[in-house]
Amino acid sequence: MLSALLVMAIIAIVLGAVLGYSAIKFRVEGNPLVEKIDAILPQTQCGQCGYPGCRPYAEAIASGEADINLCPPGGEEGIHKLADLLGMEFKTFGGNTVIKPKAVAFIDENICIGCTLCFQACPVDAIAGAAKQMHTIIAYECTGCELCVAPCPVDCISMVPIEEKITTWKRKYPEQTLVLAQ
Amino acid sequence: MRTLYQFHGGIHPTGNKTQSTQCPIARMPLPSRLVIPFRQHAGESAKPLVRAGDRVLKGQLIGMPDGFVSSAVHASTSGTIAAIDMQPIAHPSGMPDLCATLIPDGREEWVPHAAVDYLGSDPAELRQYLRLSGVVGLGGAVFPCDLKLRPLRGHPNRSICTLILNGAECEPYITCDDMLMRERAAEIVQGAEMLRFMLEAGEVLIGIEDNKPEAIAAMRQAVTDSGLPFEVIVVPTIYPSGSAKQLIRILTGLEVPSGKLPTDIGVQCFNIATSYSVYRALAHGEPLLSRIVTVTGNVRQAQNLEVLLGTPVQELIALGEALPDTNRYIMGGPMMGMELASTDVPLVKAGNCIIAASDKLFPPAPPALPCIRCTRCAQACPADLQPMDLYWFAQSRDFGKAQAFSLFDCIECGSCSYVCPSHIPLVQYFQFAKSEIRAREQEKKAADHARERHEFREYRFEREKQEKAEKLAAKERAVREAVAASAATSPQPEIQAAIDRAKEQAATVEPKNTDNPTPQQQSEIAGIEAQREHIRELAKSSVEHTKD
Ligand code: SF4
Ligand code: SF4
Ligand code: SF4
Repeated sequence: MLSALLVMAIIAIVLGAVLGYSAIKFRVEGNPLVEKIDAILPQTQCGQCGYPGCRPYAEAIASGEADINLCPPGGEEGIHKLADLLGMEFKTFGGNTVIKPKAVAFIDENICIGCTLCFQACPVDAIAGAAKQMHTIIAYECTGCELCVAPCPVDCISMVPIEEKITTWKRKYPEQTLVLAQ
Repeated sequence: MRTLYQFHGGIHPTGNKTQSTQCPIARMPLPSRLVIPFRQHAGESAKPLVRAGDRVLKGQLIGMPDGFVSSAVHASTSGTIAAIDMQPIAHPSGMPDLCATLIPDGREEWVPHAAVDYLGSDPAELRQYLRLSGVVGLGGAVFPCDLKLRPLRGHPNRSICTLILNGAECEPYITCDDMLMRERAAEIVQGAEMLRFMLEAGEVLIGIEDNKPEAIAAMRQAVTDSGLPFEVIVVPTIYPSGSAKQLIRILTGLEVPSGKLPTDIGVQCFNIATSYSVYRALAHGEPLLSRIVTVTGNVRQAQNLEVLLGTPVQELIALGEALPDTNRYIMGGPMMGMELASTDVPLVKAGNCIIAASDKLFPPAPPALPCIRCTRCAQACPADLQPMDLYWFAQSRDFGKAQAFSLFDCIECGSCSYVCPSHIPLVQYFQFAKSEIRAREQEKKAADHARERHEFREYRFEREKQEKAEKLAAKERAVREAVAASAATSPQPEIQAAIDRAKEQAATVEPKNTDNPTPQQQSEIAGIEAQREHIRELAKSSVEHTKD
């Protein structure tokens, strides 16, 4: 009887120690749900969702504070994915959200006065330039967030839609006339 | 006698090959103009080396390989470059691509070129040479040949045990490989030896379908004459035995695992036409300038032509004399080829066949019916997939599931669509799903990159804030010390005067662009200030968010 109790006690202590150790050793940093949501968001960092970037929006969704249909760059596709992840119903964009085609910013270098305002606004450091020097957009880094457009005092930044090229072309959904059996 | 193996499924479409094997390969006369695309291979487009107005010689390098997966492009004949611009090409998108338009001068003047002593060269040098000769796989995938000759890092033997030469040519109507083997077998065998040398392969197997007895005889003779220990193996005619993985299975019994390359199991496979161009490149120093094309279908004279790359398909068709009821053209075979939106496109390295099609020859597919899950497609699939399931996932855009069901193992052979009693264009759905998945992976990559850059920017803000705070603290300390020191010694009058002067100047001199702003500018400035404030707010709150 006593030995059985002793054995049980020892097992309990050992397992407790293992659990306690692994809780420290394998502690998960941050909130894994936020990571998962952030992985779905398009990282345009445009702030259209009302949060200063995708991660803050992910945090707001995770805490139940924000709805899942606030990110226009993610499209309906994004809402579907978020709904799947969170086990929620799909909802369409509320109000008059317009989903624009993907674009990159373009600076008219003849007009640029080198004020650095766009540079400060860019969330992904896609603008190169220095004070009083002409600025230019590094097109492949630009996420198309449009945050640089409004600050420009001389209105020299425009958004140029990305044209489909032969290398980025996608096959269309097959056209098929499905004849349903009567 | 070697034991042959079978792959799963396969179909037996009518061959329709005899029409185009009646006469020998003819040389296509010089066309009036050549349109040479800079991307005729898998991978990155070549970079143009010439400009409009330049005179070029036959075989001159006009497009430099650019990037890891890329190949060179050459002037197919001597003449003048008329333009470097976007031209329509044969592509399912119907979009144009960068091309050089070359007006031939009819002199066929060659650049200096010479044979390469391949036995005395380093394999790495030979690979580079083939890359600059524009040699790519001519079986259809147009993958740069040099990349398939790289030594293997992961493989235990670090070299290929078996080199397979693919002469199966299983697709109906196409006979360009058949004719090449009949007429130029010796060169193909020499090319195979060069490939074997570069790969350090043990055995060389040449697989040919049993519907090409003349080619088999010619290749056997050439192997005997060369004295090389190669083996010509006759394989049964079944579509798609000419697909690399399926031919490997037939000849060696080995299965290339899902998501792996043949090299992972110590086998490498080249088309016989690729072997021929390797021979031309090394033994004669000739880059890839022409290929054999089967012009067949609804034409008066079906035949094989040796055609310069860049020749307008129109001129090829004119030579074949399409019959009046022809209403469309197919580049490639009837199973895997694509319908040309226009014949005003150039012939490229991948163009093995042009079929003139009429509704009599190829009746249009009846409208598709719902899938009845008869599993005939699964029985026919040579990749051992479940096309009906893949179809279900692809049509409902459930791409994750499609991928989990090995969508990317589909070789797009069309066997499933061929047997489907409901006439569902299955392959089109699979191509759509693959294209969609690839695009998404690209997007995901771009998003991850943007996230990284955004996070770095926030980290930078945080760091700058800290540095500023430290600097401020240091300054305050210095001021305090200076005040303490100045309490002892009174300030010198000159320094005080200089400070006053500087202050006065700072007060009077303003930045030039803020002189007399117009009311509009003023309102703009106010707007900008508000924006700045807003951005600062955003930055601050985002920094605080990450701190939380
Ligand atoms: S709206 Fe803009 S900032 Fe917000 S989650 Fe979408 S892309 Fe990110
Ligand atoms: S062959 Fe056609 S109808 Fe039959 S299971 Fe496959 S897709 Fe469905
Ligand atoms: S097209 Fe793909 S799914 Fe259809 S039979 Fe060929 S390999 Fe199988």
